[in-house]
Amino acid sequence: MIQFILNNKIINTSSNSGMTLLDFIRENEQLKGTKIGCREGDCGACTVLVGTLHKNKISYQSVTSCISPLGNANGKHIVTIEGINLAKDLNPVQQSLSDNHATQCGFCTPGFVVSLTGYVLRNPKGSLNTINDAISGNICRCTGYKSIEKAAIDIDEKLIFKDADHQVKWLVDKGFLPDYFNEIPKKLNDLKIQKLNSSSGTIVANGTDLYVQYADQLSDEKVHLIGEEHALKGIIFSNKVCTIGASTTVTELLKNERLLNIFPKLSSFLKLVSSQQIRNMGTLGGNFVNASPIGDMSILFLALNSTLKIKQKNGTTRKLPFQKFHQSYKKYDLQEGELISSVSFLIPDKNTVFNFEKVSKRQHLDIASVNAAGRITTKNNKISEAYFSLGGVAAIPKILTKTNDFLNGKKIDTKTIKQAEKILQSEISPISDVRGTSDYKRLLAKQLFFAHFIELFPEKIKFLNLIS
Amino acid sequence: MTKTIKNIDSYGHLRGASLFVDDLITRHDTLFGLVFDSPKAHGKIISVDYTKAEDFKGVIKIFTYKDILGVNQIGGIIPDEQLWAEKEVHFIGQPIAFIVAESESIAKKARALINIEIKELPVITTAKEAKEKGIFINAPRSFKLGNTKDSFANCDYVYEGDTFSNGQEHLYLETQGSYAIPMENGNIKITSSTQGPTIVQKIAAKVLGVPMNKIEVDVIRLGGAFGGKEDQATAWAVMTAVAVQQLKKPVKYVLDRHDDMRMTGKRHPYESTFKIGLTKDLKIQAFEVEYLQNSGAAADLSPAIAERTLFHATNSYFIPNVMSTVYSCKTNLPPNTAFRGFGGPQGMFVIESAIARAADEMGVNKRLIQEVNLITENDEFSYGQIATQVEAQKSWFAVKEKFDLKKIEKEVEIFNKENLQFKKGISLMPIAFGISFTYTPMNHARALIHIYQDGSVGVSTGAVEMGQSVNTKMLQVAYITLGISPSKVKLETTNTTRVANTSPTAASATADLNGKAVLKACNSLIERLKLVASKMLSVSESEIIFKEDFVFVNNKKSELTWEKVVATAMLERVALSENAHYATAIIHFDKTKEKGHPFAYHVYGTAITSVTVDCLRGTYEIDAVQIVHDFGKSMNLGIDIGQVEGALAQGIGWMTMEEIAYNKNGQLLSNSLSSYKVPDIFSVAKKVDIVPLETQGNDMAILKSKAVGEPPLMYGIGTYFAIQDAVAAFNPNYKPKFHSPFTPEKVLLSLYES
Repeated sequence: MIQFILNNKIINTSSNSGMTLLDFIRENEQLKGTKIGCREGDCGACTVLVGTLHKNKISYQSVTSCISPLGNANGKHIVTIEGINLAKDLNPVQQSLSDNHATQCGFCTPGFVVSLTGYVLRNPKGSLNTINDAISGNICRCTGYKSIEKAAIDIDEKLIFKDADHQVKWLVDKGFLPDYFNEIPKKLNDLKIQKLNSSSGTIVANGTDLYVQYADQLSDEKVHLIGEEHALKGIIFSNKVCTIGASTTVTELLKNERLLNIFPKLSSFLKLVSSQQIRNMGTLGGNFVNASPIGDMSILFLALNSTLKIKQKNGTTRKLPFQKFHQSYKKYDLQEGELISSVSFLIPDKNTVFNFEKVSKRQHLDIASVNAAGRITTKNNKISEAYFSLGGVAAIPKILTKTNDFLNGKKIDTKTIKQAEKILQSEISPISDVRGTSDYKRLLAKQLFFAHFIELFPEKIKFLNLIS
Repeated sequence: MTKTIKNIDSYGHLRGASLFVDDLITRHDTLFGLVFDSPKAHGKIISVDYTKAEDFKGVIKIFTYKDILGVNQIGGIIPDEQLWAEKEVHFIGQPIAFIVAESESIAKKARALINIEIKELPVITTAKEAKEKGIFINAPRSFKLGNTKDSFANCDYVYEGDTFSNGQEHLYLETQGSYAIPMENGNIKITSSTQGPTIVQKIAAKVLGVPMNKIEVDVIRLGGAFGGKEDQATAWAVMTAVAVQQLKKPVKYVLDRHDDMRMTGKRHPYESTFKIGLTKDLKIQAFEVEYLQNSGAAADLSPAIAERTLFHATNSYFIPNVMSTVYSCKTNLPPNTAFRGFGGPQGMFVIESAIARAADEMGVNKRLIQEVNLITENDEFSYGQIATQVEAQKSWFAVKEKFDLKKIEKEVEIFNKENLQFKKGISLMPIAFGISFTYTPMNHARALIHIYQDGSVGVSTGAVEMGQSVNTKMLQVAYITLGISPSKVKLETTNTTRVANTSPTAASATADLNGKAVLKACNSLIERLKLVASKMLSVSESEIIFKEDFVFVNNKKSELTWEKVVATAMLERVALSENAHYATAIIHFDKTKEKGHPFAYHVYGTAITSVTVDCLRGTYEIDAVQIVHDFGKSMNLGIDIGQVEGALAQGIGWMTMEEIAYNKNGQLLSNSLSSYKVPDIFSVAKKVDIVPLETQGNDMAILKSKAVGEPPLMYGIGTYFAIQDAVAAFNPNYKPKFHSPFTPEKVLLSLYES
């Protein structure tokens, strides 16, 4: 039995936990405000909010309900557009969109309203630079976004005096949310949620990959949901090692202060990874086993020279260097019954720098043509350790072993980088596909390799010297 | 005129309460349809085995061409398209059968059980291949002005070149869909997501073998269309109607995104060649162009789109000698179709490319050539229409002055000098877009207005609401003309039983045509009510106007309310309903001579586009698009600016990231939202400034406004040339190519070509 609160209604359902949350909302509950745009998490028309209770405090995230398994709603507060509406008046989010002519055909509009409501629920104070990110997963084909952007800025300005400690109450008082929101934490507590008993069937974390391809099958079949499994979540720092649970989402990485300290540019790197809705769901483990040669998380964690912990069928754990995990196209070292439980890496010291690059047809919410990461440790002006990884240039996410070996012990200068780039080219074998021709990918691989050095050593390495 | 009224659908949209086809409450016994389509791009159907699918539990019936009681034909301009393929298939995605089942999920499972055997025939995917093999949709067409041959001989500079502009997926957020229900006596009501309710009605009647009055088509609203639901909403609606006719149960079919992308046509890709001749003073003397339109496997609207390409071959320039020819080339792709601009953008891209080529060869700034060739009053378009109320130069010079082009140019120059990795580029893009259906008989519309006895008003027109806020404009015309508050007026659904024989909502002309009909109907009603009111107040009719829900006598508010007049009129048996018809005057076009006056008027404007290219990564950002646009006297500036911003983003998408890809077998590779990218909030221009051009407006348009749907899309073409400008600033060896979209891939390769 799946139990949750949908808007202001307690749901007890025996529906298959593999069905999509979207279908449950539209078909079982006949709430038609949540729209079907693409069924692959790429348009945001089906965006809903998921409220999670933690120590009596509730926090809300936006997700695309089309690729979200119903079972993951267990114990949550799910909010659709209908649950945001006040009895009669438009709320300030809706009013700002209306005032700025930010709705035309109206099909994408509920998704925007829900995403923006997610924003006002999350952000204690106005911060202009993040509000567009809140709607990074919402596609509008009519407005050209300028009116939506203006509305978003207006909305943000209304939040300046928000009482951070009593977020929901403040929003209810100001007419952003209907009254019932105040009662939700208590109601959720009263529910006495049972864990879903589903340790067989297809393993699904939060569905962002599997549901794009197999939603129909998964809707009918048994699924084993691991996205909420405690043992697979969390970011732990100990003894120079950072260990991250495989079901940790990209957003959870972004919320971790310590990680942000270690990688000061992490936010800007991860902003290139999909959209906010998808980052709220997409897990590290999911990205690793998706095994796409251009998996952003794979590329990032390859360059960190990470180690995977894999839970075996008999309950014991084995360790595997991440660079050994991917074997050939979409094939990886994971036996039947095994599960990645965590990924860990040595916390970079002060002599180590890290960079991530990604170029795609559209710079956000797109799959890379080529993505690249690099971690360089220097000692006495020389490279003591280099780890470069590259995506979209081979059948698997590629660690550039030869290039890395070549760089070890070398001084960082233009000549060395150019020589290393030649070696890089000998290690890769890009193919032409919808993401670009092989010639382009080779050129891009070169440029992004150069970009690492230009970004990381701006004093020493100049753009013009590298390309001339 | 009020400028502040919002899209009247805003409230419902923002609350998720607006209804689309997929949101309708369905009857409990509703069945669900799903198309089984061709997996091969060209071939003979040897056999199709439906037995397993038919036996699948929950499948009610699988319809094929054999089940059609009328004619298996849905072609509009040319009858060359079957509803369900009979013996041959001509593109991947061509419908062959229609599975009707108890649920969508059952239909999907059944579809996977159908076995088809096809003997494959050669596949053509490009226009050029089709031209070489002589496979066309119809005969080529040519427009001619002056004599290009003689003129080229007298030119100081003559250049030739070729261009390619790719197709574009409409990506309306709401996919295609239809819900048909049986009524009594074999009548069928179809709720369709179509721009052309009459087209759906007409074709459904033909395929079902029933008179048109048996089919009622109702349209609530569309979740975006952009031309993609002008002709191509028809097939799905007709399929549901065929199923209803035989099963006598409601049938719903809403396409999933992949099916929609695979089975429907897109903007036409064009391969073109040009020859341009100039004299030393930069005047373009002659222009020859040959367009190869990739029409896909059936005519659809291709011939009309090809024609509009010819109409816009010279954009907003006057060229005394023009020879333009278009071939609609038949290929094995889904029939390409209408898309905002309707062939105009493809034509404009070529002339802009030709000017860019000439500028590059001559070593002059492209803008100098553009500027001295802008069309002026009484110049002749290549199709014989004499240009009047021309705003080309006015908008060009206004944009330069308003946004200080000199300063922008200076800033770009300094930036490019100081920066090695980043380069800026700018371009100017003028537009001149003709308003009217180029097929003159389509330029008409009707409105049916009811004043109910309590004073509330219902307005029905042939216009389809698809986000462009045409209903809001209709409401404006009605309440202003009737002198009542907007809240008294309701816009009804678009329904063939209330307003018949309509033209599709297209060609940017819908507000003009239907608005004029609403105006006419309201005026007739007001005349009648004036008579009633004049008797009630014992004053003459000429002293009366209706305003603010009251009768005003000699401009002074009386005690007499609108409601009171209406109630009295009712008792006096005065007709409170009116049906008005409007047909555009003046316009005509003679296809045998390819001359005439096809357009009621033109819309003008000019955009400055500024971009920054990251020369390390090949990525780019659009810094600003600054526009002076000819709205006429806008009826609703908030809505009209929204149209410009939206069209601009679509035009930029077409020119930059939206890349349609088919493989050699005719299979669509860019077949989902993960492989076909439309602009998101981060990729549109950082800044969009739109300034209305001060003009007198045009009497041929509604309330002196001007049509706004399509023209601004073509400002997006400026982005291509701005990026080109930035690339050239980085790479002195760059040889300008005209191959859109200018994806980051093409940018990077251009930056480093030697």
